[in-house]
Amino acid sequence: MKIGVYICHCGTNIAGVVNVKEVTEYASSLPNVAVARDYKYMCSEPGQNLIGDDIRQYGLDGVVVAACSPTMHEPTFQTAVSRAGMNPYMFQMASIREHVSWVTVDPEEATEKAKKLVEAAAARVSLQEPLAKRRIPVRQSVLVVGGGIAGIEAALKCADAGKKVYLVEKEPSIGGHMAMFDKTFPTLDCSQCILTPKMVEVVRNENIELLDYSEVEEISGHVGDFKVSVVRKPRYVDSTKCTGCGICSTKCPGKAPDEFNMGMSKRKAIYIPFPQAVPLKALIDRDSCLYYQKGICKVCAKFCTAGAIDFDQEPDHLSLEVGAVILATGFKPFDARRAREYGYGKYPNVITSLEFERMTSSSGPTGGKLVLKDGREPESVAIIHCVGSRNVNDNLYCSKICCMQSLKHAHLLKEHIPGVTVYDFFIDLRAAGKGYEEFYRRVMGEGTIMIRGRPALITDVPSAPVEKGKLVVVAEDTILSTVQRYPVDMAILSIGLEAGEDAKELARTFTCSRTADGFFLEKHPKLAPVSTPTAGVFIAGACQGPKDIPDSVAQAAAAAAEALAMMGKGYFELEPYVARVTEELCSGCGVCLNLCAYNALEKDPQTGLTKVVEALCQGCGACVAACPSNALDLDGFKTKQVAAELEGILA
Amino acid sequence: MSERKRLRIVALLCRWCSYAGADLAGVSRTKYASDVLPIKVPCSARMDPQLVIRAFSEGADGVLLAGCHPGDCHYLKGNYKALRRFMLLKKYTSQMGIEDERLRLEWISASEGARYAEVVNEMSARVAKLGPLNWRREIPIET
Repeated sequence: MKIGVYICHCGTNIAGVVNVKEVTEYASSLPNVAVARDYKYMCSEPGQNLIGDDIRQYGLDGVVVAACSPTMHEPTFQTAVSRAGMNPYMFQMASIREHVSWVTVDPEEATEKAKKLVEAAAARVSLQEPLAKRRIPVRQSVLVVGGGIAGIEAALKCADAGKKVYLVEKEPSIGGHMAMFDKTFPTLDCSQCILTPKMVEVVRNENIELLDYSEVEEISGHVGDFKVSVVRKPRYVDSTKCTGCGICSTKCPGKAPDEFNMGMSKRKAIYIPFPQAVPLKALIDRDSCLYYQKGICKVCAKFCTAGAIDFDQEPDHLSLEVGAVILATGFKPFDARRAREYGYGKYPNVITSLEFERMTSSSGPTGGKLVLKDGREPESVAIIHCVGSRNVNDNLYCSKICCMQSLKHAHLLKEHIPGVTVYDFFIDLRAAGKGYEEFYRRVMGEGTIMIRGRPALITDVPSAPVEKGKLVVVAEDTILSTVQRYPVDMAILSIGLEAGEDAKELARTFTCSRTADGFFLEKHPKLAPVSTPTAGVFIAGACQGPKDIPDSVAQAAAAAAEALAMMGKGYFELEPYVARVTEELCSGCGVCLNLCAYNALEKDPQTGLTKVVEALCQGCGACVAACPSNALDLDGFKTKQVAAELEGILA
Repeated sequence: MSERKRLRIVALLCRWCSYAGADLAGVSRTKYASDVLPIKVPCSARMDPQLVIRAFSEGADGVLLAGCHPGDCHYLKGNYKALRRFMLLKKYTSQMGIEDERLRLEWISASEGARYAEVVNEMSARVAKLGPLNWRREIPIET
């Protein structure tokens, strides 16, 4: 066995703390090590060539690179060694950057730890065996979960490339939050006008199968071949017959708060979610329907000329087979009631930014009029940034959209009500984006009073005659260093973005991780921003973190590109980590059989011994650790290999 | 410091979560004790109790096992299997005279870099308090 060990300086990232020369010297003294070198950047072209040349010159059959984390550059070096004719699985990385130089203060301790990790890797490599990746075919179809702007965009891109797309949306219409907005910043183009053509294209595109009012129940299989079961909730209206005329709604006596208008108006028990809904089909809400609650009525069925009403509709269970999954499940708006200091829910004229959006919409609850609850026009309005964001009690992160959203609202107020006084309370003004700073200046030019300070309180208790009948915003103006009281008629809380309500469930269903604040975790924040650790599952839009429309659309296109690249190639390479049975040792006790979560183990009817179904094995090693006679082992993580690493570390 | 340096704690980390969490601690430049040495395993369920015993017999003063949070396992339920084995293993190690603090199982996700550093520091401090494991001296093992 001849091993080459290569220690990377990573500029000063490693060499600034770890004594690289000392580690190299130490490595060259280790058993089986034929050559040990250090180099400034191992991942660079010359660095990779250095390894290749040595493999040929010394006839190396194992290589250790001590550099960054394997997550970062393992594939780079595996490719480099295989170019030189070595099996890529005769390679091992020692992470002396992420696990040593970046986390250790004392250079001496860091050098010692680096030596140990290099020794462990060298010991392991000498027991490694050549392996080959498994190729599996990739189905030419995609599942997109979530029909907001990100999901729509991803679905359209994949469909345009000729792939079959299943778009699953849990609400009765696609469109997501974007459909609720009136104008979009900073261009002020009408949200509906730019969104609805895309929504309509979804149903027109013959490659897309829209599964509205549906949810993913379960997913099994693996990259390239996922089996998905979807439940389509009953609308109690036959979508194939419904023409979307809406006569049922006009005749229906049942009423409930309209979700699309944030409960500021009522809708009927049978309803079309909003005028531009896609699909433009009615549905019945059982909770407010007289027939379901009291057993009488059926007025809608009487008036439906298409005969579309179907009170006995049952949930429909569908099973799909797809090669890739794109999650675009969006966000949940912060519940303003949690910011108790602002009295949302207590004072009727304290509203959220989303309610304000609906109010400014001409199809909204007030027909586009900006009015107080008593119908008067407000003379003065406070806009409060960062509600539910940027504080330790709610969420530490910035919602990214609330500065621009607030500025947009300030502009809309001035446009709708000339002469209105607008106070805009901000912590920091973050107008980073194309045309955003320009928009900020425009809003300031319109006379919005910008106050740097996070209000402490909204109260209706007056302390001066001028405050009578008003809401009083108490805030410190941190530029003037004074606490002031601002009497206003209306306060708009610019609420933040939180991870979706079902994010936890979804993460479990699709086995992807979440960050501490609940959003889906990308595989790498910079180099794999729309991938997840689960191969074949991609993420797009606000489910990955707060973002505005342009960013969501860009990410959706990126996720579609990732899925398309995989499908275009036609196959996916799986890691070769598979469990193996040594028949001579297996007693056929069957302890392992029940442990496999993938049914990859079975009892051979002839021999009575355990058999591994390679295609199903995912390489977790749960069975290996349980085998009482050491008959099972895992390629790439064999007991002797891990034990060698242990011994190397403890040597 | 020299006393501390002699201690050796092995951390068997699930590659999907805890190893990535350790990566994140690195990327965030969170400083932590240098006597905890990581080994990557495919899943906490791969952590063979025999490997843990082997680590102690080879001279480890402590062993940290870390996997995905319950319900978040990349391989569906590997971490539950790890937990069951850990409970059993713990009974065995305590009978062998290995103090409770020397063997620990933790759930550390890929996003919990700070938590990884915290667990490592805690583990390092606890084992340092106990000093080296004198197990090996009493039961000589051929290596």
